[in-house]
Amino acid sequence: MQRITSVILRRYIPAAFARGLIIPILAVFTAIVVGSIFMMINNYDPLAAYGGMLDGALGSKRAIARTILNSVPFVFGGLSVAFAFKGGLFNIGGEGQLFMGAVAAAWIGVTALGIPPWLHVFLSLLAGCIAGAIWGGIPGALKAFTGAHEVITTIMFNFIGIVFAGWLVSKGGEGQKQGPLVDPDPMNIVPRTAEIAESARLPLLEWGREPMHLGIILALVAAALIWWLVWKTPFGFGLRMLGLNPSAARYSGVSVVRNTVITMAVAGGLAGLAGTVETLGRNYYFAPNFNVGYGFDSIAIALLGRNHPIGVVLSALLFGVMDAGSTRMQLNAHVPSEIIKVVQALILAFVAANEIIRYIYRLRAEGEEEEVVLSTGWGKR
Amino acid sequence: MDSGRITVVSANNMSMVKLPVAVEMRGIVKRFPGVLANDRVNLSIKSGEVHALLGENGAGKTTLMSALCGLYRPDEGDICLADGSVGGAKVVDIGSPRDAIQFGIGMVHQHFRLVHNQTVSENVILGLADTPLHLDLKSVGGRLLEISERYGLPVDPEAYVWQLSVGEQQRVEILKLLFRGAEVLILDEPTAVLTPNEASELGNTLRHMCAEGKAVVFISHKLDEVMSFCDRVTVLRDGRNVAALSTRETDKKALAKLMVGREVLFRLDKSEVAFAEGALSVEHISAFNDKGLSALHDVSLSLAGGEVVGVAGVAGNGQRELAEALTGLRKVTSGKVCVNGQDVTNQSPLRFIRAGVSHIPGDRLGMGLAGNLPVSDNLIMKAFRHRPLSVGPFLSKTAISQFSDSLIEAFDVVTPSRNTPARNLSGGNQQKAILAREIATGDGSGDVGVNVLIAVQPTRGLDVGATEGVRRALLEQREKGTAIVLISEDLDELLSLSDRIAVMHAGKIMGLVRAVDANMEEIGLMMAGEAS
Repeated sequence: MQRITSVILRRYIPAAFARGLIIPILAVFTAIVVGSIFMMINNYDPLAAYGGMLDGALGSKRAIARTILNSVPFVFGGLSVAFAFKGGLFNIGGEGQLFMGAVAAAWIGVTALGIPPWLHVFLSLLAGCIAGAIWGGIPGALKAFTGAHEVITTIMFNFIGIVFAGWLVSKGGEGQKQGPLVDPDPMNIVPRTAEIAESARLPLLEWGREPMHLGIILALVAAALIWWLVWKTPFGFGLRMLGLNPSAARYSGVSVVRNTVITMAVAGGLAGLAGTVETLGRNYYFAPNFNVGYGFDSIAIALLGRNHPIGVVLSALLFGVMDAGSTRMQLNAHVPSEIIKVVQALILAFVAANEIIRYIYRLRAEGEEEEVVLSTGWGKR
Repeated sequence: MDSGRITVVSANNMSMVKLPVAVEMRGIVKRFPGVLANDRVNLSIKSGEVHALLGENGAGKTTLMSALCGLYRPDEGDICLADGSVGGAKVVDIGSPRDAIQFGIGMVHQHFRLVHNQTVSENVILGLADTPLHLDLKSVGGRLLEISERYGLPVDPEAYVWQLSVGEQQRVEILKLLFRGAEVLILDEPTAVLTPNEASELGNTLRHMCAEGKAVVFISHKLDEVMSFCDRVTVLRDGRNVAALSTRETDKKALAKLMVGREVLFRLDKSEVAFAEGALSVEHISAFNDKGLSALHDVSLSLAGGEVVGVAGVAGNGQRELAEALTGLRKVTSGKVCVNGQDVTNQSPLRFIRAGVSHIPGDRLGMGLAGNLPVSDNLIMKAFRHRPLSVGPFLSKTAISQFSDSLIEAFDVVTPSRNTPARNLSGGNQQKAILAREIATGDGSGDVGVNVLIAVQPTRGLDVGATEGVRRALLEQREKGTAIVLISEDLDELLSLSDRIAVMHAGKIMGLVRAVDANMEEIGLMMAGEAS
């Protein structure tokens, strides 16, 4: 059985493409199998469960719309982590950048500016992107100028960003001032911003009854832009060099300081957009509880997508399917939706510890056969 | 594990010499995708001899030895071991390094496999199959001392590995094998990491081990060491045997020819070059090292275009910091660096590149190349910012292909394609790629030539053929009017290439002599810190 899958994968998928895909695909497959075993031990029917999941995620136009909507913030977040990673930086700060982006977008969104809708939307998106970029750029600058490790600083900036955004919309207790962005309507007792203006909402696409907004298009454009930036521009060339061999990059004249700040700012901007599209396209207001861990899931998505924009889009869709389908799974098969979290965790475990996958499917380690010196001699001149 | 395939071979198969054969490898074939690494290679090693395995980088030495110590299984061929009876031998199947050590075969790798936070004794017993539940490190230490005395390998069993010098760490690696009862010891380029003094000590140790009846395989491409340490030598070229002879009946020149397949010049002739004044002027610079300690102290140098100034010195006396200060990679705390009259002191590395300063770093894969990137990306590493390689915010794929193909062609870089990762090239070809980039491209704008070339250990780790090629390229560049700072630990290299030699000690220049007037002794004294 294992042999057969590996033969099929080897024979029918082009080599270069397969090299990148094979581990994630097998990891997902294995996680689903292990997840089934887990369900069977607990007396659930895995076929019904996965069937329910697929039905809930892809069974109708409406379901598909929900899946895609779920995937949008994942795409932005995954791109953020993947982009930083290409430059040799680890952006754990998606969560904080996302909050800053969301609250900044909401701020511009609720402000009636009396400008045409396309401009209002654009400015709100820009605000969210810039806020995220600042929240990523500061740790970048700290790393570039003082050497403070970005993993530590971005984690710290998560706390600062989340609490700061929360304070902006806090109702305040007895004798305390309200946050500056809180909904001024005294009837609203929830700590959140007012609804954003109609003119700042992301335009809806024609797709069933589910609100399907422009976000997915923006996400795909962002993925294409990031791909172009990383692989097709001189800046991206320097970035990749920095990621692969920092001292070679410095040696060939790449400015480490400049690149580190820019890379983290771009990564932060992308994560900021993840929060922005949620705010402008789905919630229409900012409340501190809007986020369900997109920032941290982004790391998983980048990992599963092997830090490549196409991979990120695919794995974001997969996570979108799982999130969208878990409710239906619970209804149809009475399997608690938490089990999907288990499957997600298994996927990541298998991707991260891909030796397990290589062992199960007898795959050769990447680059193993390439460790050979392929040229010798000083030529025959 | 699977050592079941044992057959007894009749005695008359073995060669007829006085020393008993410890290991015989017959018809070893090992294929890698697209490469035949070993093509029916034979090797016979006797107890009590140091046997050199000589060959250029990529000739198949390491592959052959990896088969012997269980890292690879050969595709064809047999490995026979002496089985104790007179002239008896058995074919064995070595499936893993653990099998190998059970057969008495062990290897000291180029990169040591020691745990730095453990003591020598702990490292030695690490991984032993039959360690008792309660560790008696005292008795281990006692046995170690016994062995180390017997073979002339002085080491303190209770010292932590991080406290030891590189030479001492190597001794621990050898002790590890002896402790496990190895009869055949394979040393992979053991002198590459040693100072000349440590290397000659190693030579003594090898003699001791031979006297005790051990067999030693000495993998190397350094002819001097092969001639002085070894009894017999097997030469490999392109994965095949070319010769097996006694060192007594050959000489350096003949070995070099066998190894490379053509005549090799050890000395190159320098032509007269008209110097152009003021290509590089370094005035009183000082700098710190990575630990923040003073590494360069009041260093001044002035080079004319077309002049080679060699920098001699024992490693770690500020040479690396000097090279970095002259390429913008390290800030100077005082002093001034000018290139062609242009003050570039403490400018960014990019400014140095734009001033026409090229740099062959000492650490080839650490700094000179990004090993995971293809050869073409490595070739454009400095020129990618300019037309035609990039136009505005676009990298031009076709221009990059043409550009890298032309460099690969012009500098004869042997590579399967421009898309091959640089780490898969041999050391010589990696260095050729670096040379091509540094000599031919400059900053890529086409406006500045190579005014200054900083070459750090440009021939380190290269075989004789590649060494000659690099030296030739440097001299050609000298004729084109480039001022070259050649930092090297190889005095022969410095004497044959340099016009003047500066000797560094403890971050200072002890003296500057003309190469034609230089004598080794004087330079040696200055290297040890005596001012001229």
